Amino acid sequence: MSTTAPPAPLLPSNAVDSTGPITAADGTPLQTALSRATRKARIRAFLLVAPLLAFVVLTFVAPIGQMLWRSVSNDSFSANMPALTAWFAENEALGSDGGPEGDGIPGEDAFEALATDLKGARENRTAGIVGTRVNYDLSGTRSLFTKSARQARKLEAPFKAALLDVDEDWGDAELWSVMRSASRTYTGDFYLAALDMQRNVDGEIEAVPENRRIYVPLFVRTLWLSALIAGLCLLLAFPVAHLLARLPLRYSNILMIFVLLPFWTSLLVRTTSWMVMLQSQGVVNDLMVAVGIVGDDGRIQMMYNQAGTIIAMTHILLPFMILPLYSVMKTIPHDYVRAARSLGATPSTAFWRIYFPQTVPGIGAGVLLVFILAVGYYITPALVGGSSGQLISNLIAFHMQKSLNWSLAAALAALLLAGVMLLYWLYDRLIGIDNMKFG
Amino acid sequence: MSMLKLPAHASLGERVWHYTYLVICGLIFLFLISPILIVIPLSFNAEPYFTFTREMLTFNPDGYSMRWYDRILTFGMTAPDAVRDSSWWKDVWNNADWISAAKNSVIIGVFSTLLATALGTLAALGLSRPEMPYRRLIMGVLISPMIVPLIITATGLFFFYSATGLAHTYVGIIMAHATLGIPFVIITVTATLVGFDHSLTRAAQNLGATPFTVFRQIILPLILPGVISGALFAFVTSFDEVVVVLFIADFDQQTIPRQMWNGIREQISPTILSVATILVIFSILLLTTIELLRRRSERLRGLSPG
Amino acid sequence: MNRQAVIAGAIALVFGGAAQAADEITVMSWGGAYTKSQVEAYHKPWMAETGNVVNSVDSDNPATPIKAQVEAGNVSIDVADVEYSDAIRLCDEGLLEEIDTSMLPAAPDGTPAEEDFIDGALTDCAVANIVWSTVYAYDTTKFEGNAPTTIADFFDLEGFPGKRGLRKSAKANLEMALMADGVAPDEVYDMLESEEGVERALAKLDTIKSEVVWWEAGAQPPQLLADGEVAMSTAYNGRIFNAAIGEGQPFEIVWDGQILDFDLFVVPKGAPNAEAAMDFIAFATDTQRLADQASWISYGPARKSSGELVGLFNDGKTEMAPHMPTAEANLAGALVNNFEFWADRDTEISERFNAWLNI
Repeated sequence: MSTTAPPAPLLPSNAVDSTGPITAADGTPLQTALSRATRKARIRAFLLVAPLLAFVVLTFVAPIGQMLWRSVSNDSFSANMPALTAWFAENEALGSDGGPEGDGIPGEDAFEALATDLKGARENRTAGIVGTRVNYDLSGTRSLFTKSARQARKLEAPFKAALLDVDEDWGDAELWSVMRSASRTYTGDFYLAALDMQRNVDGEIEAVPENRRIYVPLFVRTLWLSALIAGLCLLLAFPVAHLLARLPLRYSNILMIFVLLPFWTSLLVRTTSWMVMLQSQGVVNDLMVAVGIVGDDGRIQMMYNQAGTIIAMTHILLPFMILPLYSVMKTIPHDYVRAARSLGATPSTAFWRIYFPQTVPGIGAGVLLVFILAVGYYITPALVGGSSGQLISNLIAFHMQKSLNWSLAAALAALLLAGVMLLYWLYDRLIGIDNMKFG
Repeated sequence: MSMLKLPAHASLGERVWHYTYLVICGLIFLFLISPILIVIPLSFNAEPYFTFTREMLTFNPDGYSMRWYDRILTFGMTAPDAVRDSSWWKDVWNNADWISAAKNSVIIGVFSTLLATALGTLAALGLSRPEMPYRRLIMGVLISPMIVPLIITATGLFFFYSATGLAHTYVGIIMAHATLGIPFVIITVTATLVGFDHSLTRAAQNLGATPFTVFRQIILPLILPGVISGALFAFVTSFDEVVVVLFIADFDQQTIPRQMWNGIREQISPTILSVATILVIFSILLLTTIELLRRRSERLRGLSPG
Repeated sequence: MNRQAVIAGAIALVFGGAAQAADEITVMSWGGAYTKSQVEAYHKPWMAETGNVVNSVDSDNPATPIKAQVEAGNVSIDVADVEYSDAIRLCDEGLLEEIDTSMLPAAPDGTPAEEDFIDGALTDCAVANIVWSTVYAYDTTKFEGNAPTTIADFFDLEGFPGKRGLRKSAKANLEMALMADGVAPDEVYDMLESEEGVERALAKLDTIKSEVVWWEAGAQPPQLLADGEVAMSTAYNGRIFNAAIGEGQPFEIVWDGQILDFDLFVVPKGAPNAEAAMDFIAFATDTQRLADQASWISYGPARKSSGELVGLFNDGKTEMAPHMPTAEANLAGALVNNFEFWADRDTEISERFNAWLNI
């Protein structure tokens, strides 16, 4: 495109007067005028962005912030057990040797508050809610609350004996310590739970028993599978991107369709396709049986397990690796490799010492992008992952939709979000988000 | 493949490696494209299976049928077996599950695209100005809907919309999808503004053009390809999105991906494959449009010889 | 059409159009063949009689979305079909509207509804419509000459090799595991009261865990069997019946170790059309409607008076009675779901089950 040069600014004659400060046309000093103009331009630029920024804050930042707030705020105990909550607030923590009998169990006044609240819970049908909340921290206690609430009307003083008569679990010091921490509306306990930890009777933090640890192993699995998928994507993308970058444009444009068509095809279509391919009666197994690699009764299970998640996600994320690699490789002049070869380097030396280092920015961009997208995947693992191929997002969805432990879901989401944001920041540092390109 | 020339002096080892390399690339391309293409023949399967029957492999016409495409229309109808006259088609239009899903998808897609494109283009103009304050930070915030895992966005919106009465409304879904489409609009439009000669707008202003005229006559023609491809990206994002819909939409606000999600998990029949085939054709059309736009943009900006 | 009319039309399309004169209720059920049976037997006649509209939606288990909706405060479901223990639990938690059972129509012979329904079928917040059961079924082509007959066979990978389908929940799986492990049906729930009992059930499930494909929606097991993804699977008995008798699939039900349960209609607290919802429930659970439903799927009606009206399947030749979970021959080795146990313990046992599942 050719443009004529803009007309040279016509400086008023007084601006070049060497005796005074340089001034603009209206007589103000040039520096002031300039900074005023700059500020105006800054404001104008910002005003263009402001509507969108407000929109994104309203529909994205605020909702996520509000959701994360739930990870530290849960009033389902304090709102429904007011008397006992008040008692906890007035009385210090007992510890395992506290209480009138030195067994960590409080005295009659606490049991009276408990009985009052259980009666209220019976009236308002909130025993299940309270029980569910306490059950988060001490498994097996929900039924204690529902059962006791059902019998609350019959409770009479002395309440301690009466309640212990209903269920001796009320005499469990750990239960009282858990109820105390559940009575606090603001709590970090859900983060402890999200990290497979809990508080013991004395309020110390400890790991939960081995057979109940699921979140840390799932985070580890999510990171490990994402890394594996990013690695597989790199392995598959590198030769293809290299070929595309070296081919003449008219050929590479055609081959590019193979990359872009999957990229533009619906995620659910691609996941469905993989289900069709990977079923035990599916195309891949049929092909292997036909060729004779496996027998008809030895069909390989490639779906509803980790293999399904890995294969389908590698395919779905592969274009996100090929495109950045390709755009970097296209800028690498082939002359360097040729020069190295003519100077006596072996093909592999020329590749590893000359070509490969120049592709590193593309590798970094692709690997980080694929990794970031993979750690948050939900749909594909849910459909083809079985139970061993589930990722952390699936567990967040489980707690959102099935168990309805929303505070724990929020805590898990916060941890995932923190990880993703760290990677995003890294991406911006190393590659720059402006350099993200599609198509 | 003879497109890549091997130098005449290449050794035997190099030749072997060269052809191995081409075969590997071929296999990777096969890996990329075969899942997309495999659904097309299978969607014409006469049997309710997801694999090739003997009849299909021998190209026996009996092995093929359009029944699953027909099922797209009849599934959910009140009287699918009635005579196919105008009232039958009316029944299709009003009651067929896939048709109403398509209607929802288009309504949500169009409105969220309009919203995302309008706001995103405006913001991209601001972001590409050299004077933009806190550019990097703001850009980061605006791009983040693309990076933040959808499940987090969806749960956040679930609570927020429940509290504000936006849950189960089209407005709510449209706003959510617009947010998800915005990063694409910003990225594509700012890309077309790279190397934009700001003296052009100054020249126009000096010649007495109003800001609106400057936008319409100078900026818009230059960024239009970017705006359109950004809009297409935003539309596809909405058209393909299911996680947010699963969380905030009402149960009768099915979109095509949501209906597919149900279908995959429940009455999985080759109907899903025929819908998938239609969507693949749809993406081929989109891909072509994007490619034409890209060439036009490069020609306009004089970046490549077209 | 001018531009304004187009915009107005588009807005009307988006925001739901003009106000409707008739009531519109949303009924949530379990999808697939079961929803279809309800649409045919309940929804269509009700719509024809009242002029109201039923909007039928599905879920893997309607109890969870309605709980989420009520707790989040955006209820859009008017009627939901839930399992017994969930009906009790949701009612205990104040998440359901109470149902006045006196509004239910009497049997044709004048027996009041309270006496006509099977024991336990009416509660404060719920009205049962069917008796169903969790059974396991197998693909007969995979076990020719050596068919499984007991619940223990389901857990016997050596005698009966092949993948297993199981519902992704603790309920039913733990009971079946214990019965397969030799626990008598009437001792199962006593055993599950203790932590050791739960661990014993999980240990039994461990023996087949590597071969299990987990399902969530009731329509999945027949699909998994038909696709050859599993050789045998637990399932809701009606789904297998419809696939086997209705579609001619080679599936056989093993009744040993079946777990009987009710499905009940409930109205979530704050349902947008609670009044019409109650009217729908009264209509759908009358004697004739419940009997009609049984001609679409093999679930037993919850009213005694419906029993004698149950006849043939809608294919016009299959006698329904022997396919019902309550048929005399099918009751040997059957277990009745202990709804109180699950109402109280579902949350905590599910937590343990999920930890087990995800490791």
